[in-house]
Amino acid sequence: MHIFKNPNFDFIRWKWHAIALSWVIILIGAIGIWTKGMPKGVEFSGGTIVIVKFDQQPDLDKIRASLPGGGANAIVQQYGDPTQKQVMIRVHSAGAETGAELSATADQVTKSLGQAGLAQITGHCLNASATNCIAGTEIIGPTVGQELQSRGIMATVFALAGILVYIAFRFRFSFAVGAVVATIHDLLITLAFLALFKYELSLNVIAALLTITGYSMNDTIVIYDRVRENMRQMRRDDIASVVNAAVNQMLDRTMITGGLTLLSVIALYFFGGEVLKGFAFTMIVGIITGTYSSVFIAAAIVVIWQGRKPLKVAPAAPAATARKSGKRARAS
Amino acid sequence: MYKNLRWKLLTIVVVIAVFFTVGVYPLMADHFHWPLPAALKAHSLKLGLDLKGGVQLELRVNTDDALRITTTSTSEQLRDSLKNSNTAYGNITVAAPTTFRVEGIPQDRDSAFRTAADEIATNYDRNPQGAGTYEFRMKPTVERDLREQAVDQTLQTIDRRVNELGVTEPQIARQPQNDQIIVQLPGVSDVAHAKDIIGKTAILEFKLVEAGPGTKDDLLKQYNGTLPGDMEMVPGSATTAGEPASVFYVVRKIATVTGQDLRLAKPGLDENNQPAVHFELKSAGAQKFGKLSGENIGRYLAIVLDNRIISAPRLEGRITDQGRISGGFTAESANDLALTLRSGSLPASLTYLSETVVGPSLGADSIRAGVIASFVGLLLIMAFMLIYYKLSGINAIVALVANLVILLGLMAYIGAVMTLPGIAGFVLTMGVGVDSNVLIFERIKEELAAQRGVRAAINAGFSRVFLTLLDTHVASLISALFLFQFGTGPIRGFATTLSIGLFVNLFTSIFVSKALYEFELSKRQVPALSI
Repeated sequence: MHIFKNPNFDFIRWKWHAIALSWVIILIGAIGIWTKGMPKGVEFSGGTIVIVKFDQQPDLDKIRASLPGGGANAIVQQYGDPTQKQVMIRVHSAGAETGAELSATADQVTKSLGQAGLAQITGHCLNASATNCIAGTEIIGPTVGQELQSRGIMATVFALAGILVYIAFRFRFSFAVGAVVATIHDLLITLAFLALFKYELSLNVIAALLTITGYSMNDTIVIYDRVRENMRQMRRDDIASVVNAAVNQMLDRTMITGGLTLLSVIALYFFGGEVLKGFAFTMIVGIITGTYSSVFIAAAIVVIWQGRKPLKVAPAAPAATARKSGKRARAS
Repeated sequence: MYKNLRWKLLTIVVVIAVFFTVGVYPLMADHFHWPLPAALKAHSLKLGLDLKGGVQLELRVNTDDALRITTTSTSEQLRDSLKNSNTAYGNITVAAPTTFRVEGIPQDRDSAFRTAADEIATNYDRNPQGAGTYEFRMKPTVERDLREQAVDQTLQTIDRRVNELGVTEPQIARQPQNDQIIVQLPGVSDVAHAKDIIGKTAILEFKLVEAGPGTKDDLLKQYNGTLPGDMEMVPGSATTAGEPASVFYVVRKIATVTGQDLRLAKPGLDENNQPAVHFELKSAGAQKFGKLSGENIGRYLAIVLDNRIISAPRLEGRITDQGRISGGFTAESANDLALTLRSGSLPASLTYLSETVVGPSLGADSIRAGVIASFVGLLLIMAFMLIYYKLSGINAIVALVANLVILLGLMAYIGAVMTLPGIAGFVLTMGVGVDSNVLIFERIKEELAAQRGVRAAINAGFSRVFLTLLDTHVASLISALFLFQFGTGPIRGFATTLSIGLFVNLFTSIFVSKALYEFELSKRQVPALSI
């Protein structure tokens, strides 16, 4: 069974269109982030989240109105399945970072629910069936938030640098540049979509972004690997045809892998629960753009970079590859 | 040609069986209430706090406190030796956690002062500032060691306190390279109480009362406006908690006996049947206490806890190794105080930086959602592989299931922690596993299309794709390792799951999948491959 029977699309012809399209999306995202700011989860901005479990379906607007300051900057939303009657209340501030003051804001929130006559919150839920209690809290002071932010950036930068070195070592420098540019492209596109769909930059989303780094690289390397193989067999062709052939040969695999991974993260999106929603959304966008960028960005950059120079066989071909392909040549 | 096949298949069956027993069976037994041997239970997969519920506190040790204590006691030590050598001095003040100043040393006593100051020269640098003023600054190496010690000691104290609270499997870890500590208390929901117990400095001191009780102004008047250098003003206990104290005492700065001399502390009742804390002293402490109380009968002794006087009873007679602290306790607060005194004092105060509480229902919801999502993803992938790759699809499914079983087993065996993002890593591992099989199958298809025999096509498919897999897996590992390095808690769980998954996947997609093909080929001459 095949998805495409002997495909022969000229992908590389569309490289400039694709790059332009990517720029448009990235710019829209950048403008969105510039004007409205990237919403950050409490892990990064600091703040207080209180998840309250009520005994009956609560009115979200009333909860908001009861909060200190009328809930001007608060986020109040249903948490999880509506039958659980859980509400997440998020305030952009936490108590002072002195001694045990941190939870002062959280205490205020629960107190104000009682004062407004919505529910007398007795404390944290002691078992799974308790109601009118706090199902969970997350209180993050500014110190931790800043630390996590710098850690996230460090992880991304180091991961990219590590992969750049690895690919330059295994392939050619132009390949490494293509792969890293493609990955940065994926991160930017995903950030743009996150901003457009108003997802917060939480710790889980950062994990997803880093996973996308890995996935995008994975996809790019698979195509590169075929380009490298084709370069030895198609010495008379120009780089564009070599890359095109590789992309076409791998097209079935690209669609199947991309599709199946997409299926499993879509399952995660619909069934994975509230906490993983942001993660799954980020992955969905990332897998689509990662698949797209390995052809239209990573491979295209190799073509653009190598285009003016004569095609040479990779000088540092690994011994194992050379031997294997030599055997194949004899066999056929 | 396939003479090793029997061994390969046997290896696969044994590996899967072992990891199934370690990793999957305990989870199933837990869910379906099947019997589970204790040896397996001890090794069953550990769940992160986000899945099993509990409290996580991130706190900073204010190591400045510990430095200030050392600097103060060093300055007092110097004061003592100046007195003993009859050297006049004006003022000794602690200016910062690491520095103190001595003022007003007369010119002619300068050499005597230097001799006295040499005693503390090992830890403090002396900087003359002219006009008989000296600044003493803690040496940087001493400062670093003291800060380290303070964090370590805090860690140990918290550990003892948490154990006394009776929390099972608490995790108390120090963040590398800084003064932060993360405390995880599974199953605990009463955060306020936990925070209270953990964060109480619990520095207990017995100090002689020189004057008081009275208001600040009245007491100062008795000393003509300035207290002598070896005395200090300490607030008495407030009538209501949290309110500023209205009465003060003037007490000696140096405490003869402190909480470090305690051998035991337990809650009990005082003579009026009110809750109190009984304590016993170690022999050295008892000697000091006996001397102090014997020499000062009729005077008042302040019991100072965290710089606040709990009570100041009159010394009626010589007390040696036992005593009682009473003064407005409830049964619970007496119990808590006894607990904190038993576990030792904190060398420095704590500041809470973050606190997370995952209630029992939230954790259970997350597990349910994660498991359902994994199963749905797995079933979808299986269905597709069977339809698209026909019989070869079975091959991929076996490899995939083996991958997941080994992953769970390995995680359980090495004690890695499964977190919610870890479940996401699990789902992603399925994606990577499928990709490996798809790459191999598509390659085999290509080789078959090039009119190659079944055997040759399969061999070429595996050997050619191996390099691709190696490259992709190494690149993914690189990013997972950085994620582990810079991530915290749950994210580390994700990186762990992903890294182990990548290793296992290389084994299953190359070794397991190929052995299955070889098994198929060894049975008969296969005319066509179902792929």
